[in-house]
Amino acid sequence: MNTIQLLVDAVSLGSDFALVALGIGVVFGVMRMINFAHGDLITIGAYALVVPTAADLAPPFIGAWPGLLLVLAITAIVTLVALATERFAFRPLRRREVNSATLLISSFAVSYLLQSIVLFVHTGRPKSVSIFASLTQQLEVGGIRVAWVHVVTILVTLVLLAAMVTFLRRVRAGVEMRAAAEDFMMARLLGVRADRVIAIAFGISGALAAAVSILFVSKTGVLDFRMGVPLAIAGFVGTVIGGMGSLVGAVLGGFFLGVASTLLQALLPEDLRPARDALLYGLVILVLWVRPQGLFVAGGAGERI
Amino acid sequence: MLLEGDRLEIRYGSVPAVRDLSFVVEQGEIVCFVGPNGAGKSTTMMTIAGVLRPTSGDIRFEDRSLVGLTAEDIAAKGISLVPEGRHIFGRLSVRENLLVASGLRGGLGRGAPALDRILTLFPVLRARFESAAGNLSGGEQQQLAIARALLTTPRLLIVDEPSLGLAPKFVELVMETLKSVRLAGTALLLVEQSMRRAIALADRIYLMRSGRVVAEGPAKDFEARTDLEHVYFGGTARR
Repeated sequence: MNTIQLLVDAVSLGSDFALVALGIGVVFGVMRMINFAHGDLITIGAYALVVPTAADLAPPFIGAWPGLLLVLAITAIVTLVALATERFAFRPLRRREVNSATLLISSFAVSYLLQSIVLFVHTGRPKSVSIFASLTQQLEVGGIRVAWVHVVTILVTLVLLAAMVTFLRRVRAGVEMRAAAEDFMMARLLGVRADRVIAIAFGISGALAAAVSILFVSKTGVLDFRMGVPLAIAGFVGTVIGGMGSLVGAVLGGFFLGVASTLLQALLPEDLRPARDALLYGLVILVLWVRPQGLFVAGGAGERI
Repeated sequence: MLLEGDRLEIRYGSVPAVRDLSFVVEQGEIVCFVGPNGAGKSTTMMTIAGVLRPTSGDIRFEDRSLVGLTAEDIAAKGISLVPEGRHIFGRLSVRENLLVASGLRGGLGRGAPALDRILTLFPVLRARFESAAGNLSGGEQQQLAIARALLTTPRLLIVDEPSLGLAPKFVELVMETLKSVRLAGTALLLVEQSMRRAIALADRIYLMRSGRVVAEGPAKDFEARTDLEHVYFGGTARR
């Protein structure tokens, strides 16, 4: 495999993981809760592309809509589901000021609930769906061929990151979110509505999950009711090695993990490839050994959001 | 009556931090809560602002109960607390700190005259408008904390230990500012450890110890009673 092709693949997977880590990091920033259900939001977005059926072959539903409409519909659905989980699973607990372990367990319950609903409606057999089929074509520049889908993934990620930075720096709601991430009580004392800030964080995390659904299915074409789990794990690990609570760190951490995973897959000797994830997560433990505060946080003083 | 506390009891877990506490703040008045560490002053302020909840008793602001309201509801009603330790957003710029506080009044754009007035009051904030608030000195941070609270245009401004950790020149500035705030019609509720400063600033004083009010009255009454400081602070009179 050509070096440039390999790098594009690596950066593409890194981009997916970065978006997942960003979605998890946004919620963690304001709520100090790791949302284990984030991966299942991705699954919901992917399954919304096909007609709900227990049959082995699911005809495309939203997946057959024109591109822009497809993106808007999936984003709307996943964002609404994310907001619903906040409203019905997390807000009542937050109001009672439960400890963070209870919130964490609640997010596990939401995760399994979403998975079980998908399992019930679509059965556990993997299904296939093809969206943006033209993206699987190769882009050829000077003898180097890379799939369009990777280029698009990287571009979409850059656009979303730029949009996020603009929101957090230029929009009052974004600045309020950064304030709440730094000192939630003080933000409330200045009139910032806790429910609103957290709902916005969940909305953003839902929209980011929707983007990952679409990008990931464009790449693989496969639906599975547990497809979000490895993505979410990659996202958690990304946020942890990036430095818990730093959005920039989360993005870089997710990116690093995706790149490392692709490179290991390509460069390991054939016999060792099945051990890729063992090596990768072993490496993560090693990284945390050396830098428990995360790779991209300067002495724990890094920007949280 | 602007603010009234009625037989408040506040607990931390099972330990009562404040017991049978009643107080009033009238329109445009400066009231000081004085007492040693652990007397329950900060706890009381946090309860008024809605961060903590009383286990019994009532707090009324303009004759409506505040008990059960969230901190942001209470801020919207016109009570602004500068908590102990300032709690500025260190990673945000001075401008962004003020932007967060401007939300209740429709943002910095709509609140431009108010912002201008406040920046005139604290010129150093104008000079360091785009700096990270965490890089300000302690005195500048205290000014930012008060400026931020004022930007919500409160009818009652509560400041917990306005002079704590400040250099003397800043203490003077902060005290002068607080007096000017009162002149603009805002009532002030202050927490002080120093009886001398409280007497200089306040109209009325509540002296607290171990979660109770042990003496109250007009500030000038306390002037003649410097004995109180020794009585209630156990010999280690402060400044």
